[in-house]
Amino acid sequence: MNKGLPKWADIVLIPLLSLTLAFLVSGLVVMFIGKDPIEAVKVMVSGALGKFGIGYTLYYTTNFIFTGLAVAIAFHARMFNIGGEGQAGIGGVGVAVVLLAVDWPHWTVAIVAASIGAMVFGAAWAAIPAYLQAKRGSHIVITTIMFNWIGSALIVYLLVGPLQAPGMVPETLGFSAGSSIPTLNDIFPAFDKHAPANISLFLALFAAFGVWVLIWKTRLGYEIRAFGHSEKAAIYAGIKPVKIIMVAMLVSGALAGMMAVNTVQGEAERLILDTVQGAGFVGIAVALMGRSHPVGVVLAAFLFGILYQGGGELSFAMGIPREMIVVIQALVIMFVGSLENMVRIPVERLFVRFRKGAA
Amino acid sequence: MTVKTQTQGQSETAAPVAPAIQLIGVSKSFGPVQANKDIDMTVAKGAIHGIVGENGAGKSTLMSILYGFYKADAGEIKIDGVTTEITDSHAAIAAGIGMVHQHFMLVEPFTVLENVIMGAEDGPLLRPSLNKARKVLLELASEYELDVDPDAIVGDLSVGFQQRVEILKALYREADILILDEPTGVLTPSEADHLFRILENLKSQGKTIVLITHKLREIMAVTDTVSVMRRGEMTATVKTSETSASKLADLMVGRHVLLEVDKSDAEPGETLLEVKNLCVTDFQGVKKLKDVSLQLKAGEILGVAGVAGNGQSDLLNILGGIEAADSGEVIMKGESIDLTTKASAAMRRERGIGHVPEDRHARGLVMPFQTWENAVFGYHNNPEFSKKFGLADQKAMMADTKRKIEKYDIRPTNPHLLASNYSGGNQQKIVIAREIENNPDVLLVGQPTRGVDIGAIEFIHKQIVALRDEGKAVLLVSVELEEILALSDRIIVMFDGVIQGERMPKETNEQELGMLMAGIDPEAST
Repeated sequence: MNKGLPKWADIVLIPLLSLTLAFLVSGLVVMFIGKDPIEAVKVMVSGALGKFGIGYTLYYTTNFIFTGLAVAIAFHARMFNIGGEGQAGIGGVGVAVVLLAVDWPHWTVAIVAASIGAMVFGAAWAAIPAYLQAKRGSHIVITTIMFNWIGSALIVYLLVGPLQAPGMVPETLGFSAGSSIPTLNDIFPAFDKHAPANISLFLALFAAFGVWVLIWKTRLGYEIRAFGHSEKAAIYAGIKPVKIIMVAMLVSGALAGMMAVNTVQGEAERLILDTVQGAGFVGIAVALMGRSHPVGVVLAAFLFGILYQGGGELSFAMGIPREMIVVIQALVIMFVGSLENMVRIPVERLFVRFRKGAA
Repeated sequence: MTVKTQTQGQSETAAPVAPAIQLIGVSKSFGPVQANKDIDMTVAKGAIHGIVGENGAGKSTLMSILYGFYKADAGEIKIDGVTTEITDSHAAIAAGIGMVHQHFMLVEPFTVLENVIMGAEDGPLLRPSLNKARKVLLELASEYELDVDPDAIVGDLSVGFQQRVEILKALYREADILILDEPTGVLTPSEADHLFRILENLKSQGKTIVLITHKLREIMAVTDTVSVMRRGEMTATVKTSETSASKLADLMVGRHVLLEVDKSDAEPGETLLEVKNLCVTDFQGVKKLKDVSLQLKAGEILGVAGVAGNGQSDLLNILGGIEAADSGEVIMKGESIDLTTKASAAMRRERGIGHVPEDRHARGLVMPFQTWENAVFGYHNNPEFSKKFGLADQKAMMADTKRKIEKYDIRPTNPHLLASNYSGGNQQKIVIAREIENNPDVLLVGQPTRGVDIGAIEFIHKQIVALRDEGKAVLLVSVELEEILALSDRIIVMFDGVIQGERMPKETNEQELGMLMAGIDPEAST
């Protein structure tokens, strides 16, 4: 396994090196299309972390924390939940149903109710693939991908059918004023007024803490990790695979669903089409980069938030096409996720040599 | 990629004959671990040379260097007196070295012929190679007692025959030096005897054989010379005729060890566990247990002998709550236990059945878990380890682990070490400590000393006997006849899902048990 590598190198050094490589290659790509990479970095950083941009960056970060945690917890049970996209979308339906059904008196009550709606709907959408995996052995990757499509079709149907507001636009009625949650600007006036980041960011951070407790401090988390490492050993220890698969996937779906509190309740304040915008898939990269650890997920989510927002700025300010941003994101995912050993093996060798020299 | 069978390194030089293998100062380290330190070894042409050593002594690394899997950091390899650079297995084959791995490298759905020519095809079309191989195989069969049906599907063959296919593969590639890594681990005594006859035949034809094993008895029986390895070093090379099993054991461990288990006679009490007409069929529809009945009494060790795959694993798994049975009944202290799929291993533990599983890597331990997590594995929901809200009482778990580490002399003593960082013996001690300390009435023990060093074997055997002396019942499954004979108070032999016979250890011997293991009843006259 990670022979010879101290923990800090494993957790900090290798992702940093991978990232640096990703950005170097990205710089080359930017140069290749005839733009100045240094300028691009400046635009990106100021666009993502400046007074205006940070509110957007944190908005995206919130999404990515939820979906990243969702993928991470499923990873611990060795389930590859590709269905964050669909679960977050259906979570949005849950939020909309709850917020449209009742005229909520105050946002504090509304956010609790909306969260429950989001979690129940998200979990329910994960439950079917989970059940098929646990009981029938249908591969979770295939079924969750299919459920993304079913989910998106279902939302379209709802928005042009039962949930559609009067008129031609595929969206629901706006939520009542009582369910409008505070933006970060409402709490900290330093944030820009138009920035969509809202207090669900704190829900996301709290969820990260909760996942940490669940995975590393509870007996259930212990069982999930044992199952994830070795199903045979888990069965030997009396752990029921069906239970672990179901629980891990339900929690995963619920976390993905929670993203809708940020997007649907916090930003759109009504259900519209395509609220997820790929965040479910970004969650996979976030979980990979964050090593399925909540702290790593939060950091990786912030990084991807910067990439998202800064990328938008790049196309706006420098005329770098949006597709190029996707290329950069893909480079990050590639270097951090799948090319990890390219960095790890030389670093490991260096450490071994260094140690021998010291000894 | 085409691979030609080459006939280099075979040039017969006039006397004096150079040694077949000569290793000079071979060293190899993996990171900070030095697996081989300055190894010198000479194997004479046409000899059977044994290499013994505990797990992790460096035997496999040394052979992997010889076969080109690893590159030595330093040192020289001479084959037939010629310095040879063995960069990969192709080079090894070209130098006339063949290897029979412990875990066979065969494609099971292929026929024997297809397996034999694999990687040594003469051209893009298979037919000429197959025809050639068929001829060669027939010759080899008559020459060395190596007969195998060339058109049989390898997956259908017994392990003994599969091993012959491996040997044939090496011989087809014109190997003059044959390395066998733990070849008898999966064989019945009679199959092992047949293997040794094959080896003798090969030797008489001038082939050189290197036999890696931990079974000292075999070393004594077939080898001409033997090398002992300990902690990466070659500690001794002696003529087999001038040494003994106990001397070799002492050399391996570096101190005096008891090969026999010191135990008093059993005083069996009431029946704790009764198995009645147990039947189970695997997912392929093969009957693995056919009406198995047995009784296990307090204060006795019941040994289950048999070649691997004759139903012992299924018996353990059903009793341990891992597998469901088709039919039959198991009564534990007067109450029957659930044999359906609803049962789980956790329910068995509540009933007082502990289980040291056959495969500690796959089942007994979670390899990426730390010791404190492994030391409570399966008992993590016990009240002493539980706190409110589903939280685990990690302090209690840690304290409990430290106690086990001390009592069972688990080394290193760090409770945060990953299971994968322990030697086989210490891994097994973690499992044994966990199961025994939970105070079971019945302990199921599968292959307790597989891949465990001699020092730890001694310790583990003592623990099992101590548990028996406390009046607990032990069901011991082992493919090592020596272990069964040494530990058991009563022995049953399983063959093809049936209990083939029952013997008392003092009234039987390896030959008789070996026949039972092969499905022959020595007492039946028909």
